[in-house]
Amino acid sequence: MRRLPWRAARLTGLREETDSARTLVFQVPGWPGHLAGQHVDVRLTAEDGYSTQRSYSVAAPFDGDTVELTVERVPDGEVSPYLTEIIEPGDQVEIRGPVGGWFVWRPESRSPVLLVGGGSGIVPLMAMIRARRRAGSRVPFRLLYSLRDPSRRYYAEELRRPDAGLDVGYLYTRAVPDGWPRPAGRILLDDLAESGWPAGFEPECYVCGPTGFVEAAADLLLALGHAPEHIRTERFGPTGG
Amino acid sequence: MSIISRGFRGRRREDDDRLPPGQYLVDDFPVLSAGPTPRVPLDRWEFAIDTEAEQTHRWSWAELMALPQETPTVDIHCVTKWSKLGTGWRGVSLDTLFENIETAVEYALVYSYGGYTTNLPLEDLLDGKAWIVHQFDGEELEPRHGGPARLLVPHLYLWKSAKWVRGIRLLEEDWPGFWETAGYHNYGDPWREQRYEGD
Repeated sequence: MRRLPWRAARLTGLREETDSARTLVFQVPGWPGHLAGQHVDVRLTAEDGYSTQRSYSVAAPFDGDTVELTVERVPDGEVSPYLTEIIEPGDQVEIRGPVGGWFVWRPESRSPVLLVGGGSGIVPLMAMIRARRRAGSRVPFRLLYSLRDPSRRYYAEELRRPDAGLDVGYLYTRAVPDGWPRPAGRILLDDLAESGWPAGFEPECYVCGPTGFVEAAADLLLALGHAPEHIRTERFGPTGG
Repeated sequence: MSIISRGFRGRRREDDDRLPPGQYLVDDFPVLSAGPTPRVPLDRWEFAIDTEAEQTHRWSWAELMALPQETPTVDIHCVTKWSKLGTGWRGVSLDTLFENIETAVEYALVYSYGGYTTNLPLEDLLDGKAWIVHQFDGEELEPRHGGPARLLVPHLYLWKSAKWVRGIRLLEEDWPGFWETAGYHNYGDPWREQRYEGD
C-alpha cells in the first residue's frame, strides 16, 4: 500500500461565499480523484520550514486535477485566516488525500437522500449535490440548511437555481428574513419531519455541522424512526482553523 | 523538500515535545463520531471480553465500579490533527480486566454500542497502556464523548479509543474495524504519523 503523497497545489480561483468564508480552487497535478463527502489535508509551510496541517471537506466532485475547498475563517485560527485573507492565485499549498470512506455519497446509489447541514457543514453536502447533478442522477435529494442568519449562506445563488429532484429548505437560528414563516431558533423535530423524508422511505441521511447541531439533528432523526445505520454524521468542531 | 506557502507565518504555539508530528493543541474537547450518539442505560450496560475459546467474561456496571479504579492523566491525539495534553480520566485498567483471562492470540477487535468497531494488537491493551474509563475531568463521561464508558488507548490515535465500548473479541487474525476499512491506518501511531492506509 502506497502512502498518500503530499501534492503541490496551486491556487487558480477564488470565490467569496460570505464575509467570512471563501471557496478556493486548487490545481493539483496527479490528483487521484475523490468521492463527494471526502476531505483532504492541507499543509502550509512557512519560509523558515515551520509547517502545520488542517483537514477540509472538498466542496465539489471529482473534476480532473481540480480540488475545490470552502473555508470559514475561524477567529484566532492559524490556517483559515491565511486561506481566507492572504493567499492569492498562483500561491501554493500542499494537499494530501482524499480521506474518509464513510461520509460519502456515490452516484450509483439509488436511495433517496436527506442532507442536513449546519453552518459550514454545508460544504461536503454541496459536493454531494453537485456530484448528483454532474452524474445526471435522478435520486431525489432534500437539503435542510441551518444557519444563524441569511447573510451566512454559502452557495446562495447556486442553491436558488432550479435543480430537478433537489428540494432546498433553510432554517435560521438567530435572525430570519422579512416575512419568513418560521421564527428563528434551533432545529426541531417538525423541521426534519417537514423537510425530510418519512423514515419508511429509508433515505440515506447525512448530517454535518458543529457538534451540538449534529447531536441534535441525529437524535431527532432517530426519534423520527430513521435507523442509526442510515444516519451518517460528520462533526466540525469550533476549534482548529 | 516542502512547498513554501507565500506569506504564511503560522502561530507556532506548537513547540512542545509532547505534540506528535502534524498535530496542534486545543483546549476544548472536539467530538468526532460517524453516526448518532447511542444512549446506554446503566442497568443494561455490560462489558464483555470474548476469548478465542468462546468463553465470555462479563461485567455489569456495578461490577466494573467495584474493581480497582485508576486515574490516568494522559495526552490524547485525534487523527483530525488536534491534540489535548494532560487529560484526566478515571476507570479500570485493562490489565485488571484481563487478570483471569487465558488467551494465546494476538489480536483484539473492540466493539461498541451503536455498532462501531476498531482493531488493535492485544499487547497494545496491556501493561498499563489502556483503560475502560467512565469519568473525564472529574465528571461522568458525557454520551457525546463516549459515556457511560469508553476505551482509552492514548498512545494510538483517538479513533482506537472506542466510545460506548461494549466488549473486546480476541482473534487469531487481525480484523480491521470501522475506520480501518474506510481508509485509515491499521495501527495508528501518532508519533509515526500513521493517519491513513499506507502511512
